[in-house]
Amino acid sequence: MSATGIGAAVRRKEDIRFITGRGQYTDDVTRPGATRAFFVRSPHARARIKAIDVGAAKRMPGVVEVLTGAQLATDKIGNLICGWMIHSKDGTPMKMAPHPALAAGNVNHVGDAVAVVIAETQAQARDAAEKVKVDYEVLPAVTDPAKAKSGPQIHEVAPKNTIYEWSLGDQKAVDAAFAAAKHVTKLDLINNRLVPNAIEPRVALAEYDAGNDSLTLWNTSQNPHVARLVIAAFVGIAPEHKLRVIAPDVGGGFGSKIFIYPEEVVCLWAARKVGRPVKWTAERSESFLTDAHGRDHVTHAELALDASGKILALRAKTIANLGAYMSTFSSSVPTYLYATLMSGQYDIPQIYCEVDAVYTNTVPVDAYRGAGRPEATFVVERLVEVAARQMGLDPADLRKRNFIKSFPHQTPVIMAYDAGDYNASLKKAMELADVKGFNKRKRESARHGKLRGIGYSTYIEACGIAPSQAVGSLGAGVGLWESAEVRVNPTGSVEVLTGCHAHGQGHETTFAQLVSERLGIPFENVSIVHGDTDKVQFGMGTYGSRSGAVGMSAIVKALDKIEAKAKKVAAHMLEAAEGDIEFKDGKFTVAGTDKSAAWGDVALNAYIAHKFSGQELEPGLKETSFYDPTNFTFPAGCHICEVEVDAETGKTEIVNWTAVDDFGTVINPMIVEGQVHGGIAQGIGQALLEGAVYDKDGQLVSGSLMDYAMPHAHDLPSFKVGLTETKSPSNPLGIKGCGEAGAIAAPAAVINAITDAIGSEQVTMPATAATVWAAIQRAQPAQAAAAE
Amino acid sequence: MPAVSMTVNGKAVTGDVEARTLLVQFLRENLRLTGTHVGCDTSQCGACVVHIDGIAAKSCTTLALQCEGAKITTIEGLADPNGPLHPMQEAFREHHGLQCGYCTPGMIMAALDIVRRKGHDLDEKTIREQLDGNICRCTGYHNIVKAIAAGAKAMGRGGPARQAAE
Repeated sequence: MSATGIGAAVRRKEDIRFITGRGQYTDDVTRPGATRAFFVRSPHARARIKAIDVGAAKRMPGVVEVLTGAQLATDKIGNLICGWMIHSKDGTPMKMAPHPALAAGNVNHVGDAVAVVIAETQAQARDAAEKVKVDYEVLPAVTDPAKAKSGPQIHEVAPKNTIYEWSLGDQKAVDAAFAAAKHVTKLDLINNRLVPNAIEPRVALAEYDAGNDSLTLWNTSQNPHVARLVIAAFVGIAPEHKLRVIAPDVGGGFGSKIFIYPEEVVCLWAARKVGRPVKWTAERSESFLTDAHGRDHVTHAELALDASGKILALRAKTIANLGAYMSTFSSSVPTYLYATLMSGQYDIPQIYCEVDAVYTNTVPVDAYRGAGRPEATFVVERLVEVAARQMGLDPADLRKRNFIKSFPHQTPVIMAYDAGDYNASLKKAMELADVKGFNKRKRESARHGKLRGIGYSTYIEACGIAPSQAVGSLGAGVGLWESAEVRVNPTGSVEVLTGCHAHGQGHETTFAQLVSERLGIPFENVSIVHGDTDKVQFGMGTYGSRSGAVGMSAIVKALDKIEAKAKKVAAHMLEAAEGDIEFKDGKFTVAGTDKSAAWGDVALNAYIAHKFSGQELEPGLKETSFYDPTNFTFPAGCHICEVEVDAETGKTEIVNWTAVDDFGTVINPMIVEGQVHGGIAQGIGQALLEGAVYDKDGQLVSGSLMDYAMPHAHDLPSFKVGLTETKSPSNPLGIKGCGEAGAIAAPAAVINAITDAIGSEQVTMPATAATVWAAIQRAQPAQAAAAE
Repeated sequence: MPAVSMTVNGKAVTGDVEARTLLVQFLRENLRLTGTHVGCDTSQCGACVVHIDGIAAKSCTTLALQCEGAKITTIEGLADPNGPLHPMQEAFREHHGLQCGYCTPGMIMAALDIVRRKGHDLDEKTIREQLDGNICRCTGYHNIVKAIAAGAKAMGRGGPARQAAE
């Protein structure tokens, strides 16, 4: 392994601009003559717009224009869409309600935009927005997903607010297995709604070039080409070839910046209308009301086991709250990204999962780090842990008894796991966590009046999204391949244009490590280009832990083509047969001789083209690959959480965190560890601190960083992180991907630990001090009785 | 519109502002120093931290006019564009204390203030408590804590923060 090759903890190239304040985030971009946009948003969860009077607003100082939903409709701007078709059990398609970028009829959540003020300055736009008079007829709203079906009907197309009633698995076979089971564990679980809160708020800056009749959009997007496609094909603002989307440095995404939102649509539309660039920057309270939220499942789950603790079947019924409108990928998250992981790491013969997706008058819900897999892992790992306790079995032993041990393994829920060694990660995690010493530590904690608990989460996920045929057959409207163009310059340096996008993942470094090692050229001579639809060929972007498995595989395929062509050039230079040329460590050699040519000479010759004619070989050295993965990848691992709970206050402190993950091949262990840290932090946030709360009138009570508890440094421990490795057989590098693992594993580990500490399962997320204290109080009579 | 004058990163500057213009807006929009970031509207996130007369302050909760005659240091003022990095900046890179980079300028400016108040020998507990005013969504803070400890030590030695990262 070289100092800058695959497996090296190379320090990041992109850091230099970030640590010196020279990053270029979307709000840093200025365009001459730019105006500022401020949206007028509904203060009601559900209402009919009777009238909008913009007269007073238009007369405010600095105002250029005020636009409403009625004008958007007149201009025939299309609605936003959800791009993944899901069918209900009865075969009917999902009920996708119209989602205009500015509401004209009804508003359906607090924060739903009804008008936009365009002014010279931000302050003037905000001042004028307060003067827009909207006459609302307030309507009854429903925010609780468990009550959605009996609540007032929000959208005409969706009776009982039901989007779809979907299922996966063989219900009859599962029911039979349950009937024969010796032990059944039943749990009611809530996966709490979360607000992603990337520290950079969303921004859209649109500019119209009248001379070319073309539009440019700078946007905080994780996938600029997808944004361009959706805006062109569905919203109809401009055809694709007249629309450029640029996603510069983006300050975190976690899924929330995948989707196509009303704000960028309105900015593009307004830019053409006013003839000046239009810039919108979200205020944090706006982010709370408009960024897609995550999770929000209500689940009843059951696990059937035989007398020895062998799992026979699992069934779950989930109500998934998708919010007021279907966001871009929303339908897929509680179905094909959720139910398909219900086997966990276990050999479960029968699984049945039913999911009802509902509308409520809340912010739309879509993918958020883990997207469906944290929800699945929480169900499976809570069931397994509770089953172990109920049956008097050690939780690690029960897991080991049921681990899948031979591969490939076909689960009953579509996924076929290709490679893994779950025993290895559990064993290593238990050693690193010193599980053996836990009982001693527990006694020590008790001496200090603290309750100590330990919880496991042996998670698996499906990522490296995804083989196009597979997801297409499941309803996806797009393929999920990835692209790479490798451009060798005449002077030998290389630019890689990737359809992926980095918003913290370090691609400028890791992708360069791959290319530098493969071509035998210095790491400094490789540049990675992403984020501009004018520069980079179509790509699907970054999410779903796919940039290593899919994005890098595309680069490998392009590098294969580069090597093949470069060998042809070298053959001409060295006057040898093409088949006799070998390439190693940046040098082309004629096999069995000492005749060689260096990379730099071959690159130059490819462009000078003196040694060959254009009829034998085209000049140039630039190759493209569009790589479609053959399977999902299946990262898996074991997280062990150890907590101390103060019985008097219910406060939980995490005293130890151990993570052992199998990500297959690791390109840069420093970056991979960083991804694990960040994911664990978000998972702990979900388990202990975070929760988006609506009141009975549909007001988002947790609507700012004062009310929504983001993890701070003092809320979190340091993490012990280790790796095992079984390479993925389904991509050339053997990468599985690592970006979401921590967020997927963590919540179950935390709740398993707290419930172990206090001896009660009645702990909901977030497990605040009040929640845990109440659970302790409720458990006392039963515990006292058990002690007698 | 009232005028305001201050020194920013060693340079005397003047601008016309509204009474309600925040310092962060003055820095970003009037002076085009976009290294200081806005991440929230309730003064929680810390992306906007700068130094005012040597003390860390949240520029989103400071009016530009309040800084009349003050000496402001932003992230851009820590190191010469063509010179070596500040040891704290070095430490963040060495220990992978950033991912998307958006919270990083505020984090670094806050870290310098921790060193000013708590010295060069910072333990994990102290650093975690002192970071109460800075939120990071990417890193989980693990490497930020390591970076700040290393940067603080390096500042004490007057040199770069190269330590073997674990």
